Amino acid sequence: MRTADIITEKLTQAFTPESLRVADESHQHEGHAGHRPGGQTHFRVYIVSEAFRGKSRIERHRMINATLAAELQGGVHALAIQANAPGEESAGR
Amino acid sequence: MAIEQFIDNEVKNNDVVLFMKGTPQFPMSGFSGQVVQILDYLGVPYKGLNVLENEDLRNGIKSYSNWPTIPQLYVKGEFVGGCDIVREMFQKRELHDFMKQKGLPVKESA
Repeated sequence: MRTADIITEKLTQAFTPESLRVADESHQHEGHAGHRPGGQTHFRVYIVSEAFRGKSRIERHRMINATLAAELQGGVHALAIQANAPGEESAGR
Repeated sequence: MAIEQFIDNEVKNNDVVLFMKGTPQFPMSGFSGQVVQILDYLGVPYKGLNVLENEDLRNGIKSYSNWPTIPQLYVKGEFVGGCDIVREMFQKRELHDFMKQKGLPVKESA
């Protein structure tokens, strides 16, 4: 199973997101620290879930990091996160 | 001195501290470099600590904040966030206001 699929599955189970996109950006980091042949090291997550309402940015990141602790301990070198509650993006927050 | 005590001293005795890979002059990671650029743009004085020079520091800062990644920005003893959070706050001009609230000088042009 690809790492992106594992991340998608775990986040879906944890947060039942309204929308979720997991992008593998490993190819953008070739030759940089942390990159390995075969990639699957650098990911970007866009997630919208009711679970984030009323939470600070740090709390949102902590929730996601905790959910993906095994992956972050393993091969995932970098995880960029954009986490919103529904309606927040359009509100310009 | 235990690493946790060292980190605690740095965070509490400096207004703005960035734990990063490389130095402000020579960032060794794109994520650290982005935060350096933002701080330089704001013109806020800060201290950069290179975790690549010290494996204890690299691991210690992660457990200190319970945050798995580097860079990490601290202002007046408070953990602000990593690259994503700092960039998002900057883009929404929240970081300008945050620094000013903390009594830190922000360049007029920023």
